[in-house]
Amino acid sequence: MRNSRATRLLFELSKPGLRAVRFPEPDVPTPPPQELLPSEQLAADPPPLPELSEPDVVRHFVNLSTMNMAVDTHTYPLGSCTMKYNPKRNDRWAGLPGFAQLHPYQPEQSVQGLLQLLYELQQYLAQISGLDAVSLQPAAGAQGELAALLIAAAYFRQRKAELGPRTRVLIPDSAHGTNPASAAMAGFEAVTIRSNSQGLVDLEDLQQKLDPQVAVFMITNPNTLGLFETQIERIAQMVHDKGGLLYLDGANMNAILGVVRPGDFGADMMHFNPHKTFSGPHGAGGPGAGPIAVKKHLDPYLPVPVVVRDEEGRFRLDYDRPHSIGQVRSFFGNVGVLIRAYAYIRTLGPQGLRQVAEDAVLNANYLLSLVKPFLPVPFGSRCMHEFVATAQELRRQRGITAMDLAKRLLDFGFHAPTVYFPITVREALMIEPTETESKQSLDAMAQALFRITEESPELLRQAPHSTWISRPDEVQAARRPMLKWTPQEDRS
Amino acid sequence: MNPEQLRFTDTHEWVHLETTPEGQTLATVGLTDFAIEQLNDLVYIQLPEVGQQVRRGEAFGEVESVKAVSDLYSPLDGEVEEVNTSLTQDLDPLSQDPFGAGWLIKVRPSNPAQVEELMDYQAYRKMCQEG
Amino acid sequence: MLQAIGLESVEELFAQVPEDLKLRKPLDLPPAMSELELEDHMNRLAQANEAMDRWVCFLGAGSYDHFVPAVVDYIASRGEFYTSYTPYQPEVSQGNLQAFFEYQTMITQLTGMDVSNASLYDGGSATAEAVLMSFSGTGRSGAVVLSQAVHPEYRNIIRTYLENLDTQIRTVPCPQGTTAPEELARLLDDQCSCVVVQHPNFWGQLEPVEQLAQVAHEHGALFIVVVDLVSLGLLKRPSQYGADIVVAEGQCLGSPMSFGGPYLGVMACREEFLRRLPGRIAGQTVDRRGRRCWVLTLQTREQHIRRQKATSNICTNQGLLAIRAAVHLALLGPQGLREQAQLCLWKAHFAAQQITALERFELAFPGPFFKEFLVRDRQGRVADVLHWAWKQGIAAGVPLGRWFPQLQDCFLVAVTEKRTAEQIRRLAQVLAQAP
Repeated sequence: MRNSRATRLLFELSKPGLRAVRFPEPDVPTPPPQELLPSEQLAADPPPLPELSEPDVVRHFVNLSTMNMAVDTHTYPLGSCTMKYNPKRNDRWAGLPGFAQLHPYQPEQSVQGLLQLLYELQQYLAQISGLDAVSLQPAAGAQGELAALLIAAAYFRQRKAELGPRTRVLIPDSAHGTNPASAAMAGFEAVTIRSNSQGLVDLEDLQQKLDPQVAVFMITNPNTLGLFETQIERIAQMVHDKGGLLYLDGANMNAILGVVRPGDFGADMMHFNPHKTFSGPHGAGGPGAGPIAVKKHLDPYLPVPVVVRDEEGRFRLDYDRPHSIGQVRSFFGNVGVLIRAYAYIRTLGPQGLRQVAEDAVLNANYLLSLVKPFLPVPFGSRCMHEFVATAQELRRQRGITAMDLAKRLLDFGFHAPTVYFPITVREALMIEPTETESKQSLDAMAQALFRITEESPELLRQAPHSTWISRPDEVQAARRPMLKWTPQEDRS
Repeated sequence: MNPEQLRFTDTHEWVHLETTPEGQTLATVGLTDFAIEQLNDLVYIQLPEVGQQVRRGEAFGEVESVKAVSDLYSPLDGEVEEVNTSLTQDLDPLSQDPFGAGWLIKVRPSNPAQVEELMDYQAYRKMCQEG
Repeated sequence: MLQAIGLESVEELFAQVPEDLKLRKPLDLPPAMSELELEDHMNRLAQANEAMDRWVCFLGAGSYDHFVPAVVDYIASRGEFYTSYTPYQPEVSQGNLQAFFEYQTMITQLTGMDVSNASLYDGGSATAEAVLMSFSGTGRSGAVVLSQAVHPEYRNIIRTYLENLDTQIRTVPCPQGTTAPEELARLLDDQCSCVVVQHPNFWGQLEPVEQLAQVAHEHGALFIVVVDLVSLGLLKRPSQYGADIVVAEGQCLGSPMSFGGPYLGVMACREEFLRRLPGRIAGQTVDRRGRRCWVLTLQTREQHIRRQKATSNICTNQGLLAIRAAVHLALLGPQGLREQAQLCLWKAHFAAQQITALERFELAFPGPFFKEFLVRDRQGRVADVLHWAWKQGIAAGVPLGRWFPQLQDCFLVAVTEKRTAEQIRRLAQVLAQAP
């Protein structure tokens, strides 16, 4: 049960002299630090951290945790984020000392078990993607995008004589914001491609913007509207005809595991989001991981290191790749997350993974069928793993916004869908139930949504009513940013 | 300022030309009430420095609400002569008096005739209504 | 359910997918395994590794075997933290948001800087992000200057991030083990957006940070420092010597080494650069009833709003690791952190003294160090020495030849508060017998 004193900050709970960690008495000589270090390098006092006892700290953070909605406690249909159940077994295994207590610079001979696991995971991801080579290094999907675009840049630099300078990256208007941001970071100009009336890539617009300066077309498939790009082969052909590369944003792989492979529909490179597709917990915002898979001709450019197996069957970290783009982060990668992805894939096997996609798509379509009678879903009567409904009519007729619906849903014990994304749909509610929700919870969610649409606009504008806080004043937060606690006497 | 006497861009900036006592032309640039209503709850503005060159149709600053950013586009070519720096401390004049105390910058235009290509009040209102 | 949506078969669910693209056979993956079978398999893979719970760890170079109190694991394993996501709905995410606000506050307390974000991926990519920040922070992007004594992988990451941009990377050579201010001044001009220095540096040496900051600022460049957060229990806070942006690897604050990840990218800066900070930031506000609460704020910096003009492409960050760090720092408190830093200092110096008492070994650099130092094998047989020690159950150090050919006769030794005098003596004994 929640304790109302829990909202006090650590700093307000602090009492001088309290402490929770005691270190052993020193068993080596203890000269004063100024004898070992120049005094001008030393701080007079330690940092002014809060002072607390162990029970204080535990009670504080346990109480904080009870103010969160999470997959373990609630249905969490946050579109595009694939908030599926996280099998607890995977956490136990990732935490085994034989994995968690490995130093990144241990000799390769001493980490053969882990390298085997990572090597096999590279192969599994290649198989699932239909592509040839994999790097497990990127720390998250967005970093995978960046790495892949840097690979494209390196590839085109080397083929400049033949393919000319390539400066532009094409991105559909329905794409995640990370796509254009990654393109800009990698030094490309991001160019937007319009969606057509079916919510798919507008081929005419693509044709027009697809010139010899285009390096990459970044596509999300299924796209953020939950629709499969039916023209994907044609799109791939168009991009390849101009010498460009097709990148797949793999955020929505949950919908197509074992059903269709990006490599088979023409993608040259892609990233995975193991914290979505392969059930790594989302951890309050991360860690994720962002492995990338590429076709053979891009293999030489992958970040280092990659795991290889030599003739004697030993696993090695291969840094000797002269065309590699280098590293995008330190050490190997988010190994703890990758271990969970490996365990997830081994748990399910080929049939199980396909079943994930089937159930995710079935659940989404079932929920879609329940929701669309009272909440319009602009694009299509079928979807893949998610769909985007709109509150535009509700807003016009009764002044109820997507945000109002989302906030009120919290009162009914459901996490809100993603709202106001993709930007191509007004008053968007992006709903992704995932395969791990039961029919009962889908029925209950649809029923709750329906009841909400019948409620009074005034009640909804004030929602949520039952949560720990009511709607926060985000304008004040942005106008006068208060980003840390300051002692009372320092406040003006 | 009376909006009916201003000229407008299709990106919702207004401009007012005046002749200073020294005989120079000076253009005051601001953002329309319509744009401010669309942006909803402004939280931050970024304006250029005095002396900076601006070009017609190119961004000279940015205005932010909680979840949106909009570029501010110059209606004319010229050099920034004065900046309403008080807005960076307090955005209220911008939302309460966009055609007056909420002006953004004053520009010494290099080609004042460019203003003729902008919309008049009637045309601008029509554009806003048609959305 | 199929019936309810008017379908007869599962296959019809995928009607949008063109027939000729569909995979006609099962994926070529190993068959499914029960929890019980897989537990056995995972245990075997884990046991095939020689982990630091059984070996004595003197390895560092950016990843350290520091003590992690049980409370950190306990709190981080709460499903409400562990299985939630980015706090898009603040009304049901106050736990995460308040924890991030507390994390941000404690990072500013540690570093003395004005503001902190709610985390980036790791120390290396955080350093690259800081370099990108310096472009918009100074309006310059012609060149950046890196000290050679910055972690070679971090420098490699910066190179990767800048590869397709028109920015020159200049490196200050450090033959004496630290960055000389006059050498730095030689490489600076009005093209340079920043200077990146690590303190203590990659070889464990303390840098003359005050002078280096001064030189950077004289040339209008930002001073970016990569710090060891544990060292801040003793060393001056970066704000005190003129840092503009501070980055760090946060693994030392309550996270396991885990073969390099997931880790925690710490970033803090001066107020002036707030709007150029990448990543999530939690901010305080009030709700409609006037109750204090927290939200994600200044989101217009971020990719989901500003898209190609965003300060960074980062979306998913390292929230759980930031919470681990917050719990860890709350447990340590000022005294705990100071004691931990002192123990590292004392034990490292004891180890250095034990090792250099052996004829064969000497310190490669003469300057002051904190918890890590570079040992030269006068016989130049580093691989043999380390292999020998490994066989005795001691991970004695990290060889540097891979990055620094001129230091291939050296290995880097890190000593944390976890090492005992007995383990240190054994290290020295083992080194004494090395072939």
